[in-house]
Amino acid sequence: MEQTVGQRGIAREIIFNEMIGPEGAPRGHYVTLSEWLEQQPSRELRRKRAEAESIFRRLGITFAVYGSTDTLERLIPFDLIPRIISAAEWRLLERGIEQRVRALNAFLLDIYNRQEIIRAGRIPADIVLRNDAFLPEMIGHRPPLGVFSHIVGTDIVRTGPQDFFVLEDNLRTPSGVSYMLENREAMLHLFPELFARHCVAPVQHYPELLRQTLEAVSPVAPEETTIVVLTPGIHNSAYFEHSFLADQMGVELVEGQDLFVSGGALYMRTTRGPMQVHVVYRRIDDEFLDPLTFRPDSILGVPGLMDLYRAGAVTIVNAPGTGIADDKAVYSWVPEIVEFYTGQKPILQNVPTWRCAEPEALSYVLDHLPELVVKEVHGSGGYGMLVGPTSSKKQIETFRRILKARPSNYIAQPTLALSACPAFTKSGVAPRHVDLRPFSLVSDRVRIVAGGLTRVALKKGSLVVNSSQGGGTKDTWVLTDE
Amino acid sequence: MSRYIERAENISRLCEAGFRISLTPKVGGGHKEEWLSTLKSAGVLESYLSVHDEITGETAINFLLFDERNASSVTSCLTSARNNARIVRTKLTRDMWESLNDTWIALQAVSPQSMTNARLPDFLDWVRHRTAQFRGALLGTVLRDEGYYFSQLGAFMERADNTARIVDVKYYLLLPDHQAVGGAIDTYQWETILRAVSAQRSYRHVFHEDYRPWRVAEFLILRPEMPRSLRFCYDWLNVTIDGLIERQHPELRAAELIRSTHRLLKSSQMDDIFQSGLHEFLTDFIDRNNRVTRDLAVDYCFAQAA
Repeated sequence: MEQTVGQRGIAREIIFNEMIGPEGAPRGHYVTLSEWLEQQPSRELRRKRAEAESIFRRLGITFAVYGSTDTLERLIPFDLIPRIISAAEWRLLERGIEQRVRALNAFLLDIYNRQEIIRAGRIPADIVLRNDAFLPEMIGHRPPLGVFSHIVGTDIVRTGPQDFFVLEDNLRTPSGVSYMLENREAMLHLFPELFARHCVAPVQHYPELLRQTLEAVSPVAPEETTIVVLTPGIHNSAYFEHSFLADQMGVELVEGQDLFVSGGALYMRTTRGPMQVHVVYRRIDDEFLDPLTFRPDSILGVPGLMDLYRAGAVTIVNAPGTGIADDKAVYSWVPEIVEFYTGQKPILQNVPTWRCAEPEALSYVLDHLPELVVKEVHGSGGYGMLVGPTSSKKQIETFRRILKARPSNYIAQPTLALSACPAFTKSGVAPRHVDLRPFSLVSDRVRIVAGGLTRVALKKGSLVVNSSQGGGTKDTWVLTDE
Repeated sequence: MSRYIERAENISRLCEAGFRISLTPKVGGGHKEEWLSTLKSAGVLESYLSVHDEITGETAINFLLFDERNASSVTSCLTSARNNARIVRTKLTRDMWESLNDTWIALQAVSPQSMTNARLPDFLDWVRHRTAQFRGALLGTVLRDEGYYFSQLGAFMERADNTARIVDVKYYLLLPDHQAVGGAIDTYQWETILRAVSAQRSYRHVFHEDYRPWRVAEFLILRPEMPRSLRFCYDWLNVTIDGLIERQHPELRAAELIRSTHRLLKSSQMDDIFQSGLHEFLTDFIDRNNRVTRDLAVDYCFAQAA
């Protein structure tokens, strides 16, 4: 079945344009924007783009690029033209994401406890138990409400009117939500008249929902709960987001050295003495959380934190060990996982995936390298990968050798014809490829803020939307039914 | 002068809050209500209705920002501030004068007709920056003499009046028995109130919880750390009036009322205020604040003693 979907994905050479329909006329929910765009002189849009840049500089919403010698703070390029999602499209996405997020949380609770999905033979034990992302330290642990991944950023791509694919589940510490919020602020500032002509669902209550989610999984009552955001520090590329979220929620932003464990409780050092902490929204990776349990050389974490966590004295959000459920080797099993825990067919599709560990799949992949995307199983950020269609022969041959040497380290996927949205480029308004990362908050229920972060590949023809690879972002408008 | 600058700033914040909610998906009767309460909060509803028959976003914004027939419009305030400054030019430092004058010169180049929705946020930002710049120039350069204390009296009475009006216009949203249905719409209402006094973020730092209507009321009325609360304003007025008395005026009529109002705010509990009526409390407060203004006018011979 996957193969057919795969062939469909490859065969679809016509790129789905989210604004313009097949007859050349704008789709219903884009009519107003399309008319407005036609009335905008380029000069005006250029002025707005300069204004947008100064807004983001003033906010300080900048990031550092790892491995770059450039000492200047960089801005993620912002595209002025909003992406619009109709109410009906959003309902489909929302149902699909909720289903998937619930199933993956059920999966996490299961594999760290009774492992029924393995016993039922629905997923090979090795894929889970012999995976580096599986944390033995979490075995037997049941976090509050049974939730492991409270904050999820599901990456979704589109190839047709009803064809949405989940590319990655991002269940560890997904970032980008500050861009979703600040992009909206900037747009309200730049184009108020466009908002007046659309019914755009709000996103600004996200910090409030986040806070409610964190309080809901606290070991103590919500009104007695002290929350902190744990950051690796100002040199981290997402530091702006850490400070932004702490500020928006009205909680402290701390580094590992600001916290300590004493007498069975976690405390933060304050100018008025130690203060007990109940929920840690950590933005550092599992392995750095606690040097007594994980990497002994970590100076980012808090010694003794894991023992407290397992004893239920403090809640870590997201829980350690969630990486096993968004690992690329497990990814291809997610449709099975959804069916196993929900008893329903997945609403959102997976991108068809060849597991190179399987000999048949490997030989297919080796035969079709120029048309496939090959990804490292544990990679992230688009570094250890091959994008066949845009690579030179030499690059492909180099990669072929790497792949043959360690096939189990790789999966391959067809290059999907990602949908395109209008973007304001150097040569005027032109379609560019996009993906979407909506953010879900999971506690006693799943709440998904209508919209998310749209990333856009600003280079013509490029399919890579990662900000580390020259991608930009744009505001995402979900229309409400009037 | 400081009073006009404070008012210009407040009006631009009110406008921003009203404008923002008018961009959100419409609720119930649309946004007309919103502009009605913005005009009320600005204390200019009567004068607005004397020149306009209908309330629309466009006319309301124009009236609040540019109409010279409105003595509280941003244009009127900035012009009055500069005129007053010219009269007491020698009392101003160079920084203060240049700040005011630059603002006024730049304002001459702004044409109300060009103030489309697209340009409005920029203009409102500009007013906020210019008024902040003036305050900074004043605090950083002026002698702490009688003139300084007098300017502070004006500014904080204006601020207290503005906050009290904002709370009063929406007081029914802030009662403890207000049926909170939760969700984005209510959050918007409260956030608009807080936004009108630039306090939507600091609220969370003080209360560590979601917006709750009675907490919003407490924040804006009784919290001493909130720089636009009634309590903060009167803490500062209390210090200021002592400063004036010490320097020049051993006898000030306004002093007694400022002190008693300050005592009242210091000793009040939110529960008691709700019990005896939030609206009544605010009406009484606004009345007291107005009487302080009148008393000061008498103290400084601006008007004949009644």
